[in-house]
Amino acid sequence: MFKASRIIFGLLVVVFLMAPLLVILPLGFTDSIFLNYPMPGFSLRWFRELFTADSWRRAIINSLIVGTGTTILATVLGTLAALGLRDRLLPFSGFFKTAFLLPMVVPAVVLGVGMQLLFVRLGVAYTYPGVIIAHTVLAIPFVVVNVSAALDGIDRRVERAAASLGAPPATVFWKVTLPLAIPGVLSGAVFAFATSLDEVVLTLFVAGPNQRTLARQMFSTIRENISPAIASAAFLFIVGTIILALFTLYVRAKAQKSARRG
Amino acid sequence: MSDPYILFQNVSKSFGPLTVIKDLDLAIDKGEFVSLLGPSGSGKTTILMMLAGFENPTSGAVIVGGQHVERLPPHKRNMGVVFQSYALFPHMTVAENVAFPLNMRGIAKADSAARVQRALDMVQLGAYKERKPSQLSGGQQQRVALARALVFEPAVVLMDEPLGALDKQLREQMQLDIRELHKRLGLTIVFVTHDQSEALTMSDRIAVFNHGKIEQIGRPSEIYERPGTRFVAEFIGETNLVEGVIGTVAKDRTTIALKHGGKLVVETRPGLVEGAPASVSIRPERIHFDHTAERENDFPGTVLDRVYHGDHVRVVLDTPDHRFIIKSDHRMGVLDEGDKVSASFTPNACWVVG
Repeated sequence: MFKASRIIFGLLVVVFLMAPLLVILPLGFTDSIFLNYPMPGFSLRWFRELFTADSWRRAIINSLIVGTGTTILATVLGTLAALGLRDRLLPFSGFFKTAFLLPMVVPAVVLGVGMQLLFVRLGVAYTYPGVIIAHTVLAIPFVVVNVSAALDGIDRRVERAAASLGAPPATVFWKVTLPLAIPGVLSGAVFAFATSLDEVVLTLFVAGPNQRTLARQMFSTIRENISPAIASAAFLFIVGTIILALFTLYVRAKAQKSARRG
Repeated sequence: MSDPYILFQNVSKSFGPLTVIKDLDLAIDKGEFVSLLGPSGSGKTTILMMLAGFENPTSGAVIVGGQHVERLPPHKRNMGVVFQSYALFPHMTVAENVAFPLNMRGIAKADSAARVQRALDMVQLGAYKERKPSQLSGGQQQRVALARALVFEPAVVLMDEPLGALDKQLREQMQLDIRELHKRLGLTIVFVTHDQSEALTMSDRIAVFNHGKIEQIGRPSEIYERPGTRFVAEFIGETNLVEGVIGTVAKDRTTIALKHGGKLVVETRPGLVEGAPASVSIRPERIHFDHTAERENDFPGTVLDRVYHGDHVRVVLDTPDHRFIIKSDHRMGVLDEGDKVSASFTPNACWVVG
C-alpha cells in the first residue's frame, strides 16, 4: 500500500516536471501560425523561420557569442578563484568563498539594476563585453563549486611527489594539478555556458537591441506575437541542454573512473 | 671519519604555539640507512618533511652535502621521496610516472627510456610499463613509486612509512627488497616508521623519537639490548621493567633491591650508583623456567596465563616482586594456569635503563 502510493507520488512529480515540456515541444513542429492545439499538420516551417528570419538568426548568433565569451571568462576566473581558495592561505578565505557563491542567491533583478547603473558609467552598457561580464558574474559560482570539488579530490602528496622529483611549482600545476582537476573545470564550463544560454533578467538590463540573445528574443516574442517559433526555439534549447548534460555525465563518469583507479 | 652527509643542527619546528621538534641534532653518513622510529605525533615525519623541503625549520640549520638547505624549495633538492600513499600520478602510465623526474631534468628521450626500463626491471615491473597505476596492486604501486624515486639517482632517498599500507607478507618482502637495493646501490636512506620490527630488521641505525626529541640513536642491537630510557625499552619490543634501588655495586655484579624484598643480580657497568633508583629491563625471551647455576636470578611464582603462538609460548608468571612476561620455547609449553614454576635468568639478561 505504502509502496504503491510512493510510486504514484513519484510519477506525479515526474509529470509535474515534464508536462510543460511535453506540451510545448510538439508545437515547434506545427504548420499553423498559432501557438496552440490542436496542431493542424506537421511542418518544419518554424525551424526554417528560426534560421532565416533576421531577428531569430541574430539572436542565435548572439547567444553563441555571449555564451562562448562567458564560458571562457567564467571558467578561467572561476578556476583561478578555486585555486586561490584551495589552501585557506588567504585571510578571510571563508568569507571570500561565500562571496563567490553570492550571485547564485542574490535576486537577478537586484544584480541587473546595479549592473546597468554601473555599466552605463563604465561605458560598457549595451555592448557585447557588458553582457558577457554580466553573465560571467552569474556563471562563476558554478565554476568555483565544480573546480573546488575536483581540487578537493586531489591527494596533496601527489603534488608533493612531483615537486620532490624536480618539478617547479608551475610545472606541478600544468602537469599534475590541472590534468587531475580537468573534469571539474569542464563541467564548470558546461554549467557556465548553460547559465549564459538561458539568462534573461540580467540581459534585459544590460543588453541593447544588438545583443538580443535567444532567451531574450523568446521572452519578447511571447509578449508580442506568440509565434510557434518560440516552441521551435525551445526545442533547440532542450536538445542543446540534453547534449550538454550528457557531456557532463560522460566527463563525470570518466573522472570517477580515474579517481577509483587513483 | 668524514663529515656526516646530512646534518641537523639545533633544529626546532613549531606550528603556531605547538612545538613539534625541539633542539634536534642528528647526523647521517653517506650510504647509511637510518630509521626514524616513534609513535605518531613524535615528530619523525616532520623531520623527513624538513629534509624534503616541504616544511622549513623554525630555527636551526639543515645541511646536506655541505650545503645549507633550510630554505631550498623541494624541486631543487634532488631527493627521492616515497610516500605511504604511493602518490603516483593517476593520469600517467607506469612508464610516464617513472620518466617524470628524468623529463624534469631534461634528459634525452632515448637515454630516458633506457633508464626507465632499467629502473622498472630493478623492481621487477618491466612488463607493466603501459599500465595505469590503478591497474596495479598496492605492492606493485609502491614498487613503481620506488623506481620513480630511484631512477634519477638522487643523493638521498626519503621514505615516509612506505610499507604501512601493505599486508604483512608483502611488507616483509618489500623490506628485504629495499634493504637489498640499499646495499647494491649504496643509497643514503632516511626511513620513517612506527613499526619497531621494521626498523630493527632494515636499519644501520635507528633514531627513536618521542615528543619531538631523540630518545636514543644507535645500531638496532644497541637499541634493543641496551635501551637508554624507559620509553625506548618499552617502545622497542616487549619487555619486563622491574623497579628497584641499587644496592651493592661490586666488581662485576651489582644487586638491586626490589620493593617486595626480592633481589636482582645484574652486571656492573659504569654509572651505577649505590642507593639510586633503577629500572631494569629484562626481555621476555631471555627468561627460562629450568633453573641452572649460571642464572643467578630466580623468581618463583604462579602461572597466570599461557598463550600458544606457534614458535613460542607466551607465559604470564605472577611472582611477589613482579608480574613477568616470558616467551618460552614451546617444548616447555606443558605448563598450565596455576602451575608453580620459577622465572630464571642470567645477570647478562638484565639491563639497567638510564
